[in-house]
Amino acid sequence: MTKVSMTVNGRAVSGDVEGRTLLSSFLREGLGLTGTHVGCDTSQCGACVVHVNGQPVKSCSVFAQDVAGAEVKTIEGMANADGSLSVIQQAFQDHHGLQCGFCTPGMVMSAAALLKENPKPSEQDVRHYLEGNICRCTGYHNIVKAVMAASGQDVSQIAAE
Amino acid sequence: MHNFDFVKPSSIADAVKAMGQDGAQALSGGQTLIPTMKQRLAAPSVLVSLTGIKEMQGVCMGEGGLHVGAATPHAIVAREAKSHYPALAALAGGIGDPAVRVRGTIGGSIANNDPAACYPSAVLGSGATVVTNKRKIAADDYFQGLFTTALEEGEIVIEVVFPIPEKAAYVKFNQPASRFALTGVFVAKFASGVRVAVTGASQNGVFRWTDAENALGRSFNAQMVSGLTVDASEMIGDLHGTPAYRANLVKVLTSRAVAAAG
Repeated sequence: MTKVSMTVNGRAVSGDVEGRTLLSSFLREGLGLTGTHVGCDTSQCGACVVHVNGQPVKSCSVFAQDVAGAEVKTIEGMANADGSLSVIQQAFQDHHGLQCGFCTPGMVMSAAALLKENPKPSEQDVRHYLEGNICRCTGYHNIVKAVMAASGQDVSQIAAE
Repeated sequence: MHNFDFVKPSSIADAVKAMGQDGAQALSGGQTLIPTMKQRLAAPSVLVSLTGIKEMQGVCMGEGGLHVGAATPHAIVAREAKSHYPALAALAGGIGDPAVRVRGTIGGSIANNDPAACYPSAVLGSGATVVTNKRKIAADDYFQGLFTTALEEGEIVIEVVFPIPEKAAYVKFNQPASRFALTGVFVAKFASGVRVAVTGASQNGVFRWTDAENALGRSFNAQMVSGLTVDASEMIGDLHGTPAYRANLVKVLTSRAVAAAG
Protein backbone atom coordinates (compact mmCIF):
# COMPACT_ATOMS: atom_id res chain seq x y z
CA MET A 1 0.00 0.00 0.00
CA THR A 2 1.12 3.53 -0.77
CA LYS A 3 -0.20 6.69 0.76
CA VAL A 4 -1.78 9.01 -1.77
CA SER A 5 -2.87 12.61 -1.14
CA MET A 6 -4.98 14.91 -3.25
CA THR A 7 -7.56 17.66 -2.93
CA VAL A 8 -11.13 16.52 -3.44
CA ASN A 9 -13.88 19.14 -3.60
CA GLY A 10 -11.57 21.63 -1.91
CA ARG A 11 -10.66 19.31 0.98
CA ALA A 12 -7.19 17.82 1.44
CA VAL A 13 -7.57 14.04 1.63
CA SER A 14 -5.23 11.08 1.78
CA GLY A 15 -5.49 7.34 1.97
CA ASP A 16 -3.62 4.09 1.45
CA VAL A 17 -4.02 2.61 -2.02
CA GLU A 18 -2.67 -0.28 -4.07
CA GLY A 19 -1.07 0.24 -7.47
CA ARG A 20 -4.26 -0.94 -9.11
CA THR A 21 -6.61 1.31 -7.10
CA LEU A 22 -8.57 3.37 -9.61
CA LEU A 23 -9.50 6.98 -8.92
CA SER A 24 -13.17 5.90 -8.98
CA SER A 25 -12.48 3.27 -6.27
CA PHE A 26 -10.51 5.73 -4.17
CA LEU A 27 -13.38 8.24 -4.32
CA ARG A 28 -16.17 5.73 -3.72
CA GLU A 29 -14.60 3.23 -1.35
CA GLY A 30 -11.79 5.26 0.17
CA LEU A 31 -13.65 8.53 0.69
CA GLY A 32 -17.27 7.36 0.61
CA LEU A 33 -18.08 9.74 -2.26
CA THR A 34 -20.47 7.39 -4.02
CA GLY A 35 -21.97 10.08 -6.24
CA THR A 36 -19.38 9.14 -8.85
CA HIS A 37 -20.94 6.14 -10.57
CA VAL A 38 -19.17 3.28 -12.29
CA GLY A 39 -21.23 2.09 -15.22
CA CYS A 40 -19.23 0.17 -17.78
CA ASP A 41 -15.79 0.20 -16.12
CA THR A 42 -14.23 0.27 -19.61
CA SER A 43 -14.10 4.06 -20.27
CA GLN A 44 -17.06 3.95 -22.65
CA CYS A 45 -20.05 5.22 -20.66
CA GLY A 46 -18.86 8.34 -18.85
CA ALA A 47 -20.91 7.86 -15.65
CA CYS A 48 -17.65 8.15 -13.68
CA VAL A 49 -16.49 11.49 -15.13
CA VAL A 50 -14.91 13.79 -12.55
CA HIS A 51 -12.68 16.84 -12.99
CA VAL A 52 -8.94 16.47 -12.43
CA ASN A 53 -7.20 19.85 -12.36
CA GLY A 54 -10.27 21.32 -14.02
CA GLN A 55 -10.50 18.82 -16.86
CA PRO A 56 -12.97 15.97 -17.33
CA VAL A 57 -11.56 12.46 -16.96
CA LYS A 58 -13.12 9.02 -16.68
CA SER A 59 -12.19 8.13 -13.11
CA CYS A 60 -12.56 4.39 -13.78
CA SER A 61 -9.65 4.63 -16.22
CA VAL A 62 -7.11 6.53 -14.14
CA PHE A 63 -5.06 5.13 -11.27
CA ALA A 64 -5.36 7.03 -7.99
CA GLN A 65 -1.57 7.21 -7.67
CA ASP A 66 -1.29 8.78 -11.13
CA VAL A 67 -3.30 11.81 -9.96
CA ALA A 68 -1.61 12.21 -6.57
CA GLY A 69 -1.48 15.89 -5.68
CA ALA A 70 -4.24 16.83 -8.12
CA GLU A 71 -7.33 18.96 -7.55
CA VAL A 72 -10.30 16.65 -8.02
CA LYS A 73 -13.93 17.73 -8.22
CA THR A 74 -16.79 15.28 -8.07
CA ILE A 75 -20.55 15.64 -8.28
CA GLU A 76 -20.59 16.14 -4.48
CA GLY A 77 -18.64 19.35 -5.04
CA MET A 78 -21.06 20.79 -7.59
CA ALA A 79 -23.79 22.25 -5.38
CA ASN A 80 -23.60 25.87 -4.27
CA ALA A 81 -22.04 26.70 -0.89
CA ASP A 82 -25.49 27.00 0.73
CA GLY A 83 -26.38 23.49 -0.44
CA SER A 84 -28.73 24.61 -3.22
CA LEU A 85 -28.31 23.04 -6.63
CA SER A 86 -25.86 24.62 -9.06
CA VAL A 87 -27.19 26.12 -12.29
CA ILE A 88 -26.42 22.95 -14.27
CA GLN A 89 -27.95 20.62 -11.68
CA GLN A 90 -31.06 22.80 -11.41
CA ALA A 91 -31.39 22.83 -15.20
CA PHE A 92 -31.29 19.00 -15.27
CA GLN A 93 -34.14 18.99 -12.75
CA ASP A 94 -36.15 21.73 -14.49
CA HIS A 95 -35.86 20.16 -17.95
CA HIS A 96 -36.25 16.55 -16.85
CA GLY A 97 -32.70 15.75 -17.98
CA LEU A 98 -32.69 12.46 -16.09
CA GLN A 99 -34.88 9.46 -15.50
CA CYS A 100 -33.09 6.74 -13.52
CA GLY A 101 -30.26 9.17 -12.75
CA PHE A 102 -27.40 6.71 -13.05
CA CYS A 103 -25.59 8.64 -15.79
CA THR A 104 -26.39 12.04 -14.29
CA PRO A 105 -23.21 12.64 -12.22
CA GLY A 106 -21.09 12.09 -15.32
CA MET A 107 -23.43 14.13 -17.48
CA VAL A 108 -23.29 17.07 -15.07
CA MET A 109 -19.50 16.92 -14.80
CA SER A 110 -19.09 16.74 -18.58
CA ALA A 111 -21.60 19.55 -19.07
CA ALA A 112 -19.69 21.71 -16.57
CA ALA A 113 -16.45 21.04 -18.47
CA LEU A 114 -18.13 21.95 -21.76
CA LEU A 115 -19.59 25.22 -20.46
CA LYS A 116 -16.24 26.26 -19.04
CA GLU A 117 -14.66 25.76 -22.48
CA ASN A 118 -17.62 26.97 -24.53
CA PRO A 119 -20.08 29.11 -22.52
CA LYS A 120 -22.70 29.36 -25.30
CA PRO A 121 -22.62 26.02 -27.13
CA SER A 122 -24.92 25.19 -30.01
CA GLU A 123 -27.14 22.14 -29.74
CA GLN A 124 -24.68 20.39 -32.06
CA ASP A 125 -21.76 21.33 -29.78
CA VAL A 126 -23.56 19.86 -26.76
CA ARG A 127 -24.40 16.61 -28.54
CA HIS A 128 -20.85 16.30 -29.81
CA TYR A 129 -19.29 17.01 -26.41
CA LEU A 130 -21.49 14.49 -24.63
CA GLU A 131 -20.50 11.70 -27.04
CA GLY A 132 -18.65 9.91 -24.27
CA ASN A 133 -21.56 10.00 -21.82
CA ILE A 134 -24.12 7.31 -22.39
CA CYS A 135 -27.71 7.52 -21.11
CA ARG A 136 -30.03 4.57 -21.60
CA CYS A 137 -33.24 6.32 -20.45
CA THR A 138 -33.77 9.77 -21.83
CA GLY A 139 -32.88 9.62 -25.51
CA TYR A 140 -30.60 12.58 -24.66
CA HIS A 141 -33.01 15.27 -25.80
CA ASN A 142 -33.78 16.70 -22.38
CA ILE A 143 -30.16 16.39 -21.31
CA VAL A 144 -29.14 18.55 -24.27
CA LYS A 145 -31.97 20.94 -23.45
CA ALA A 146 -30.85 21.18 -19.81
CA VAL A 147 -27.26 21.96 -20.82
CA MET A 148 -28.45 24.60 -23.30
CA ALA A 149 -30.66 26.12 -20.61
CA ALA A 150 -27.81 26.08 -18.09
CA SER A 151 -25.78 28.13 -20.56
CA GLY A 152 -28.46 30.82 -20.34
CA GLN A 153 -29.90 30.19 -23.81
CA ASP A 154 -33.59 30.16 -24.63
CA VAL A 155 -34.69 26.56 -25.02
CA SER A 156 -38.40 27.19 -25.47
CA GLN A 157 -38.08 26.49 -29.20
CA ILE A 158 -36.36 23.14 -28.67
CA ALA A 159 -39.31 20.81 -28.96
CA ALA A 160 -39.45 17.56 -27.06
CA GLU A 161 -39.00 14.85 -29.66
CA MET B 1 -7.05 -6.67 -12.36
CA HIS B 2 -3.86 -8.09 -10.91
CA ASN B 3 -1.94 -5.79 -8.63
CA PHE B 4 1.39 -4.19 -9.58
CA ASP B 5 3.90 -1.68 -8.32
CA PHE B 6 3.18 1.81 -9.57
CA VAL B 7 6.07 4.15 -10.26
CA LYS B 8 5.98 7.65 -11.68
CA PRO B 9 9.43 8.87 -12.68
CA SER B 10 9.97 12.55 -13.50
CA SER B 11 12.78 12.11 -16.03
CA ILE B 12 13.33 9.98 -19.13
CA ALA B 13 16.48 8.50 -17.57
CA ASP B 14 14.54 7.33 -14.51
CA ALA B 15 11.76 5.96 -16.71
CA VAL B 16 14.25 3.96 -18.79
CA LYS B 17 15.76 2.59 -15.59
CA ALA B 18 12.33 1.63 -14.23
CA MET B 19 11.49 -0.07 -17.53
CA GLY B 20 14.52 -2.32 -17.03
CA GLN B 21 12.74 -4.19 -14.21
CA ASP B 22 11.19 -7.58 -14.85
CA GLY B 23 7.58 -7.35 -16.00
CA ALA B 24 7.69 -3.58 -16.40
CA GLN B 25 5.21 -1.89 -18.71
CA ALA B 26 4.97 1.79 -19.69
CA LEU B 27 1.69 3.55 -18.89
CA SER B 28 0.79 6.72 -20.73
CA GLY B 29 -2.83 7.96 -20.67
CA GLY B 30 -4.05 4.42 -19.98
CA GLN B 31 -7.26 4.74 -21.97
CA THR B 32 -6.56 1.42 -23.67
CA LEU B 33 -4.10 -0.19 -21.27
CA ILE B 34 -6.26 0.14 -18.14
CA PRO B 35 -9.34 -1.53 -19.67
CA THR B 36 -6.98 -4.19 -21.08
CA MET B 37 -5.55 -4.83 -17.61
CA LYS B 38 -9.06 -5.07 -16.17
CA GLN B 39 -9.71 -7.88 -18.64
CA ARG B 40 -6.42 -9.46 -17.53
CA LEU B 41 -5.16 -9.36 -21.09
CA ALA B 42 -2.18 -7.52 -19.65
CA ALA B 43 -0.76 -8.09 -16.19
CA PRO B 44 2.47 -6.13 -15.70
CA SER B 45 4.24 -6.41 -12.37
CA VAL B 46 5.53 -2.84 -12.56
CA LEU B 47 3.66 0.00 -14.21
CA VAL B 48 5.80 2.98 -15.18
CA SER B 49 3.68 6.10 -15.60
CA LEU B 50 5.11 8.48 -18.19
CA THR B 51 2.72 11.32 -17.43
CA GLY B 52 5.01 13.03 -14.93
CA ILE B 53 7.88 13.61 -17.36
CA LYS B 54 7.89 17.27 -18.41
CA GLU B 55 10.30 16.82 -21.33
CA MET B 56 7.78 14.45 -22.98
CA GLN B 57 4.97 17.01 -22.88
CA GLY B 58 3.95 19.67 -25.35
CA VAL B 59 3.88 20.72 -28.97
CA CYS B 60 6.43 23.00 -30.67
CA MET B 61 7.94 23.76 -34.07
CA GLY B 62 11.57 22.75 -34.42
CA GLU B 63 14.05 20.96 -36.64
CA GLY B 64 12.24 18.71 -39.10
CA GLY B 65 8.77 20.11 -38.40
CA LEU B 66 6.30 19.85 -35.57
CA HIS B 67 7.58 18.10 -32.44
CA VAL B 68 4.88 16.46 -30.36
CA GLY B 69 5.97 15.10 -26.99
CA ALA B 70 4.91 11.46 -26.61
CA ALA B 71 3.03 12.12 -23.36
CA THR B 72 1.03 15.03 -24.81
CA PRO B 73 -2.70 14.34 -24.49
CA HIS B 74 -4.93 14.52 -27.56
CA ALA B 75 -6.76 17.58 -26.20
CA ILE B 76 -3.50 19.56 -26.08
CA VAL B 77 -2.50 18.50 -29.61
CA ALA B 78 -5.99 19.45 -30.84
CA ARG B 79 -5.54 22.93 -29.39
CA GLU B 80 -1.85 23.64 -29.83
CA ALA B 81 -1.08 22.02 -33.18
CA LYS B 82 -3.95 23.83 -34.89
CA SER B 83 -1.96 26.73 -36.31
CA HIS B 84 1.01 24.54 -37.34
CA TYR B 85 -0.65 21.40 -38.68
CA PRO B 86 -4.45 21.72 -38.79
CA ALA B 87 -5.08 18.19 -40.13
CA LEU B 88 -3.14 16.66 -37.24
CA ALA B 89 -4.97 18.87 -34.72
CA ALA B 90 -8.32 17.88 -36.21
CA LEU B 91 -7.44 14.20 -36.00
CA ALA B 92 -6.43 14.56 -32.34
CA GLY B 93 -9.65 16.46 -31.60
CA GLY B 94 -11.72 13.60 -33.03
CA ILE B 95 -10.25 10.71 -31.04
CA GLY B 96 -12.62 9.06 -28.57
CA ASP B 97 -14.51 11.66 -26.57
CA PRO B 98 -13.52 14.76 -24.56
CA ALA B 99 -12.62 12.88 -21.36
CA VAL B 100 -10.56 10.29 -23.26
CA ARG B 101 -8.73 13.13 -25.03
CA VAL B 102 -7.72 14.65 -21.69
CA ARG B 103 -5.81 11.46 -20.77
CA GLY B 104 -4.92 9.61 -23.98
CA THR B 105 -1.57 10.42 -25.59
CA ILE B 106 0.10 10.12 -28.98
CA GLY B 107 2.92 8.02 -27.56
CA GLY B 108 0.49 5.57 -26.01
CA SER B 109 -1.49 5.33 -29.22
CA ILE B 110 1.43 4.55 -31.50
CA ALA B 111 3.18 2.27 -29.00
CA ASN B 112 0.01 0.17 -28.85
CA ASN B 113 -0.62 0.41 -32.64
CA ASP B 114 -4.24 -0.65 -32.46
CA PRO B 115 -5.34 -1.43 -36.04
CA ALA B 116 -8.28 0.99 -35.66
CA ALA B 117 -6.50 3.85 -33.86
CA CYS B 118 -6.39 7.26 -35.55
CA TYR B 119 -2.83 8.44 -34.78
CA PRO B 120 -0.90 5.73 -36.66
CA SER B 121 -2.43 7.03 -39.91
CA ALA B 122 -1.19 10.57 -39.23
CA VAL B 123 2.29 9.37 -38.31
CA LEU B 124 2.57 7.11 -41.38
CA GLY B 125 0.69 9.51 -43.68
CA SER B 126 2.97 12.40 -42.73
CA GLY B 127 6.14 10.33 -43.00
CA ALA B 128 6.89 11.38 -39.42
CA THR B 129 9.87 10.28 -37.34
CA VAL B 130 9.37 8.42 -34.07
CA VAL B 131 12.05 9.44 -31.59
CA THR B 132 12.74 6.99 -28.76
CA ASN B 133 15.22 6.97 -25.89
CA LYS B 134 17.55 4.99 -28.18
CA ARG B 135 17.07 6.12 -31.79
CA LYS B 136 15.02 7.77 -34.49
CA ILE B 137 12.68 5.50 -36.44
CA ALA B 138 11.05 6.46 -39.75
CA ALA B 139 7.28 5.87 -39.73
CA ASP B 140 7.68 3.45 -42.68
CA ASP B 141 9.87 1.23 -40.49
CA TYR B 142 8.01 1.79 -37.23
CA PHE B 143 4.60 0.19 -37.89
CA GLN B 144 5.05 -3.56 -38.34
CA GLY B 145 1.54 -5.00 -38.19
CA LEU B 146 -1.29 -5.59 -35.78
CA PHE B 147 -0.29 -4.22 -32.34
CA THR B 148 3.32 -4.58 -33.51
CA THR B 149 5.97 -1.86 -33.79
CA ALA B 150 9.72 -1.55 -34.12
CA LEU B 151 9.97 -0.74 -30.40
CA GLU B 152 12.22 -3.07 -28.47
CA GLU B 153 11.66 -4.28 -24.92
CA GLY B 154 11.88 -1.32 -22.56
CA GLU B 155 12.19 1.26 -25.36
CA ILE B 156 10.12 4.42 -24.82
CA VAL B 157 8.74 6.81 -27.42
CA ILE B 158 9.92 10.33 -26.46
CA GLU B 159 8.42 12.42 -29.25
CA VAL B 160 7.11 12.33 -32.80
CA VAL B 161 8.39 14.79 -35.39
CA PHE B 162 5.96 15.63 -38.20
CA PRO B 163 7.12 17.26 -41.43
CA ILE B 164 4.45 19.79 -42.40
CA PRO B 165 2.76 19.00 -45.72
CA GLU B 166 1.40 21.55 -48.19
CA LYS B 167 -2.07 20.11 -47.74
CA ALA B 168 -3.50 17.32 -45.61
CA ALA B 169 -6.72 15.94 -44.20
CA TYR B 170 -7.93 13.01 -42.15
CA VAL B 171 -11.38 11.57 -42.66
CA LYS B 172 -12.69 8.73 -40.55
CA PHE B 173 -15.80 6.65 -40.62
CA ASN B 174 -16.67 6.30 -36.96
CA GLN B 175 -17.56 3.05 -35.30
CA PRO B 176 -20.04 4.86 -33.07
CA ALA B 177 -19.95 2.52 -30.07
CA SER B 178 -16.18 2.48 -29.60
CA ARG B 179 -15.49 5.77 -31.40
CA PHE B 180 -12.51 4.10 -33.06
CA ALA B 181 -12.18 4.34 -36.84
CA LEU B 182 -14.16 1.70 -38.71
CA THR B 183 -11.84 2.98 -41.41
CA GLY B 184 -9.88 6.22 -41.50
CA VAL B 185 -7.69 7.76 -44.20
CA PHE B 186 -4.95 10.36 -43.77
CA VAL B 187 -3.84 12.09 -46.96
CA ALA B 188 -0.84 14.44 -47.08
CA LYS B 189 0.51 16.29 -50.11
CA PHE B 190 4.17 17.24 -50.00
CA ALA B 191 6.28 18.89 -52.72
CA SER B 192 7.97 15.51 -53.11
CA GLY B 193 4.74 13.50 -53.48
CA VAL B 194 1.55 12.35 -51.85
CA ARG B 195 1.19 9.93 -48.93
CA VAL B 196 -2.02 8.07 -48.16
CA ALA B 197 -2.24 6.09 -44.91
CA VAL B 198 -5.20 3.91 -44.00
CA THR B 199 -6.22 2.79 -40.51
CA GLY B 200 -9.04 0.55 -39.32
CA ALA B 201 -9.24 -1.45 -42.52
CA SER B 202 -6.40 -3.94 -42.78
CA GLN B 203 -5.74 -7.06 -40.75
CA ASN B 204 -2.11 -5.91 -40.75
CA GLY B 205 -2.80 -2.53 -39.16
CA VAL B 206 -2.10 0.86 -40.68
CA PHE B 207 -0.80 0.76 -44.27
CA ARG B 208 0.06 3.05 -47.19
CA TRP B 209 -2.19 2.84 -50.23
CA THR B 210 0.51 3.27 -52.85
CA ASP B 211 -1.79 3.08 -55.92
CA ALA B 212 -3.62 6.15 -54.63
CA GLU B 213 -0.35 7.88 -53.78
CA ASN B 214 0.87 7.41 -57.34
CA ALA B 215 -2.41 8.56 -58.90
CA LEU B 216 -2.69 11.58 -56.60
CA GLY B 217 0.97 12.40 -57.24
CA ARG B 218 0.05 12.91 -60.90
CA SER B 219 -2.88 15.15 -60.01
CA PHE B 220 -4.12 15.95 -56.51
CA ASN B 221 -7.78 15.56 -57.28
CA ALA B 222 -10.45 13.34 -55.71
CA GLN B 223 -11.42 12.01 -59.17
CA MET B 224 -8.01 10.34 -59.49
CA VAL B 225 -9.08 7.72 -56.95
CA SER B 226 -12.32 6.72 -58.69
CA GLY B 227 -10.72 4.32 -61.17
CA LEU B 228 -8.63 2.49 -58.55
CA THR B 229 -9.53 -0.76 -56.84
CA VAL B 230 -8.68 -1.82 -53.31
CA ASP B 231 -7.85 -5.48 -52.65
CA ALA B 232 -10.34 -6.72 -50.02
CA SER B 233 -8.48 -9.96 -49.29
CA GLU B 234 -6.52 -8.57 -46.33
CA MET B 235 -9.25 -6.32 -44.97
CA ILE B 236 -10.84 -6.80 -41.56
CA GLY B 237 -14.24 -8.46 -41.51
CA ASP B 238 -16.34 -8.21 -38.34
CA LEU B 239 -19.88 -7.48 -37.24
CA HIS B 240 -19.41 -3.82 -38.14
CA GLY B 241 -18.39 -4.35 -41.75
CA THR B 242 -17.26 -6.96 -44.27
CA PRO B 243 -13.85 -6.84 -45.96
CA ALA B 244 -15.53 -5.62 -49.18
CA TYR B 245 -17.30 -2.87 -47.25
CA ARG B 246 -14.04 -1.69 -45.71
CA ALA B 247 -12.26 -1.84 -49.08
CA ASN B 248 -14.94 0.44 -50.46
CA LEU B 249 -14.63 2.76 -47.47
CA VAL B 250 -10.90 3.12 -48.15
CA LYS B 251 -11.68 4.45 -51.60
CA VAL B 252 -14.57 6.69 -50.54
CA LEU B 253 -12.71 8.15 -47.57
CA THR B 254 -9.56 8.76 -49.61
CA SER B 255 -11.63 10.80 -52.08
CA ARG B 256 -13.21 12.71 -49.24
CA ALA B 257 -9.86 13.37 -47.59
CA VAL B 258 -8.41 14.71 -50.86
CA ALA B 259 -11.46 16.96 -51.29
CA ALA B 260 -11.20 18.12 -47.67
CA ALA B 261 -7.48 18.87 -48.06
CA GLY B 262 -8.47 21.20 -50.92
